[in-house]
Amino acid sequence: MTDQNSSSPPPSAHDENEPTRRDFLFLTAAGMAAVSVGSIAWPFIDQWNPAKDTLALSSTEVDVASLQEGQAITVMWRGKPVFIRHRTQKEIDEAKAVDVTALRDKQTDDERVKKPQWLVMVGVCTHLGCIPLGQKTGEVKGDYDGWFCPCHGSHYDSSGRIRKGPAPKNLEVPQYTFVSDTLIRIG
Amino acid sequence: MMMSHFKKVALTALALCMIGAPVHAAEGHKYPLPDMDWSFEGPFGTYDKAALQRGFLVYKQVCSACHGMKKLYYRHLEALGYSEAQIKTIAAEYTVMDGPNDEGEMFERPARPSDKFKLPYANDKAAMYANGGALPPDMSLIVKAREGGADYVYGVLVGYTNPPEGVVLGNNQHYNKFKSGNIIAMANPLNDGQVTYEDGTPQTADQYAKDVTHFLAWAAEPEMEQRKQMGVKVLIFLAVFAMIMYAVKRKIWEDVH
Amino acid sequence: MGSNSDRKPFNNKTIEWIDQRLPIFTMLDKEYGKFPTPRNFNYFWNFGAIAMFMLVTMIVTGITLAMHYTPHANYAFDSVERIMRDVNFGWLIRYIHMNGASFFFIAVYIHIFRGMYYGSFKQPRELLWILGVTIFLLMMATAFMGYVLPWGQMSFWGATVITNLFSAVPIVGPGIVEWMWGGFAVDNATLNRFFSLHFVLPFVIAAVVFLHVWALHVTGSNNPTGLDVKGPQDTLPFNPYYTIKDLFGLIVFVAVYAMFIFFMPNALGHPDNYIPANPLVTPPHIVPEWYFLTFYAILRSIFFDFNPIMLAGFGGIGYYVAKVVWDKNRTDYFSTRNLIILGVSGFLTLVGFVGAFFPQLHIPLTNMVIIEAKLGGVLAMFGAVGLLFVLPWCDTHPVRSARYRPLYKAALLFFVAIVLLLGYVGAMPAEGIWPWIGLAATGYYMAFFLVILPILSKHEKALPLPASIAQAVLDEQAAKAAKLAKKGA
Repeated sequence: MTDQNSSSPPPSAHDENEPTRRDFLFLTAAGMAAVSVGSIAWPFIDQWNPAKDTLALSSTEVDVASLQEGQAITVMWRGKPVFIRHRTQKEIDEAKAVDVTALRDKQTDDERVKKPQWLVMVGVCTHLGCIPLGQKTGEVKGDYDGWFCPCHGSHYDSSGRIRKGPAPKNLEVPQYTFVSDTLIRIG
Repeated sequence: MMMSHFKKVALTALALCMIGAPVHAAEGHKYPLPDMDWSFEGPFGTYDKAALQRGFLVYKQVCSACHGMKKLYYRHLEALGYSEAQIKTIAAEYTVMDGPNDEGEMFERPARPSDKFKLPYANDKAAMYANGGALPPDMSLIVKAREGGADYVYGVLVGYTNPPEGVVLGNNQHYNKFKSGNIIAMANPLNDGQVTYEDGTPQTADQYAKDVTHFLAWAAEPEMEQRKQMGVKVLIFLAVFAMIMYAVKRKIWEDVH
Repeated sequence: MGSNSDRKPFNNKTIEWIDQRLPIFTMLDKEYGKFPTPRNFNYFWNFGAIAMFMLVTMIVTGITLAMHYTPHANYAFDSVERIMRDVNFGWLIRYIHMNGASFFFIAVYIHIFRGMYYGSFKQPRELLWILGVTIFLLMMATAFMGYVLPWGQMSFWGATVITNLFSAVPIVGPGIVEWMWGGFAVDNATLNRFFSLHFVLPFVIAAVVFLHVWALHVTGSNNPTGLDVKGPQDTLPFNPYYTIKDLFGLIVFVAVYAMFIFFMPNALGHPDNYIPANPLVTPPHIVPEWYFLTFYAILRSIFFDFNPIMLAGFGGIGYYVAKVVWDKNRTDYFSTRNLIILGVSGFLTLVGFVGAFFPQLHIPLTNMVIIEAKLGGVLAMFGAVGLLFVLPWCDTHPVRSARYRPLYKAALLFFVAIVLLLGYVGAMPAEGIWPWIGLAATGYYMAFFLVILPILSKHEKALPLPASIAQAVLDEQAAKAAKLAKKGA
């Protein structure tokens, strides 16, 4: 606009008079191009994150009032089974009596429950993702009066801790809260 | 914009053609739609949360008796300014079918925020049977699905009049100025004082119509506020970017010209 | 011995290492770096790059949408609404895609116009042009099937009407239609196959685009003067001159596109498509998307059956066009013999039409149907697209650019007006005066290719051409300077 000299050198040779203005312009343009690419990319990345309808199902409430001592129920939460067990006094005592230092994954029973009679945990074996047995009466409960994974023979105790077999960790305890005495909100 | 003008011309032309074509008498008379001043219009438009809540109330107490909103979940009401607890309470007013339980039985339970809006009829056939053969359309997208949008929906709600001379209404038919074709199966749904507002807003049929249209506009385009706000930013960015690129282009080309 | 022995080494070691093994950087530098490009492009030359950008945009957003969309008659509409309401940024991605179709067509229509105006289709670029028309045809098929996917009322009825066109084919027509539907009406099977094709065709388009660009780089670009490049003084390296200019044009185009996406995303669509498909209720006016309206109008402009008298008339006119108009050596348009041919066939055509529209006159043979209106319309529509393919042989005038051909320029601009008029007619209900306007416009459309262009090729005297592209640029600058000086004084 300002420079009307038609015999100036080709663009590869810098115009010595105003390199700064030219460079500033080019850098700004490059910067804006980078910003555009970045901000266009985000929606396409974010669309893979859980959608709102999926998130709406990320917590579930379970009424356990009708669950008798010694009974268990399985509920689906985030596509996985969650075991909720109303433990008997015997089971609680067994779980508490264990010597924690001898365990593979060292957790006391108190760390794993909010109220001793209610054990809530994700029913997926920490070995390779099978569903352990032991929820229903009559099912194998393993050597430790808890759960037994039929895939590769992991035994869990009455606190869901790994005691024998290949699984590396105790059964995972999900985030949950007691909305009331008998209403559990998972997630 | 371009198209809506286009369509206006098309409609005018259609009206002209009808003069010589009695077959199209069923198209009825065209009244110009009321041109309302909605807060959600224009590039900076936003929804009025108070109006949305009132509109939802009108929908809930009046429209929902016949019209479903299949695309809405109770959790979507968060956008109206309700808290999580309020939404839970609203949802719990409805009973939905769930199951099967461990015994294989379906059972009823109170609705949760993650449930869809409860529909008035089990299916379209039931809806038609209950309404003398006319199907009350789903309201989720009504504002997007009608030529004229919110103005049209509002127009239909306030457009009930006596039929002009010569128009004979059948059983279950009503005359409406703004309904396309003028004949509508739905009786005038809104009357003064029918719904109780707690915020002191006048309880008139006209106000109900405005509020429920506002609510329906939101239901059709819940993304509108986010979209327009983003759009303003994007356009400002692109305008600046275009100017800079133009300067760069001139710089690079100045040696050639 | 490899094929890259005459390669120049790169300074950057990584680039050089790759380039020795796969000379992709040598290729890029040759085709997009140094590539000699005429120095006098105007902004019409941006639209090839813009169309390319739109294709990429459509593929990226389309693949993304396919991750959330369910191609099933019972769930398609709901899944689209879930994208609009629940998927993160789903509304944005869908509106980019939905309006993207329109803006892809806008870019391509301008691109086609540019090719016609500056004679880019002419020797030696005929194949380049044909590949381009092939892309256009594939785009139409892809866009049509894409519009079916949301499974709204217009989706369903648009699909019903367009697939029914094939029933016009004699004898096998109904069988073809049933085969296309995979049933006895447009239904789930149809939706599924349309989804599959809508997904795959863009990649076919991309492949043809590759051939299109390859062919372009063989012949080099045309330019506003239509003159051939005569030497280095006529060209500039593609980079940085045209990379930057294309980028600037692209940003302006995207700004307009963004205006639609964010502020009037449904302005180019139809409200009825927000009503779920209902096989029991037909919308009062079925209109295709705007970019099909011209061809839709041509389809509907044949609203009468062809009787033998009419066809005899058309045959006579066809004979005259083929033997006299298309013969490069003949100018005896109005010799006695030819006038008689024209007169008789014109008279027969007229009689045929009168007989067809006034059956009460009982003109012999005019109640016999040789080609049904439906088939006639389909033939006219496909013919209208087909004529684009043979354009390089309709217009054989040695001068390319309309700048130096005032008559061609006038005929072409009138052709554009006719195309727009047809688009308007396509949006009108098929009643009253509209079909007749459509018929007349269709007549010009056909005559432009078959009569006007051959005659102009033979007789139009072009304006004096500049000596070279460089000379044209200098002349332009001189004219501009003179104008400025005049203003200053």
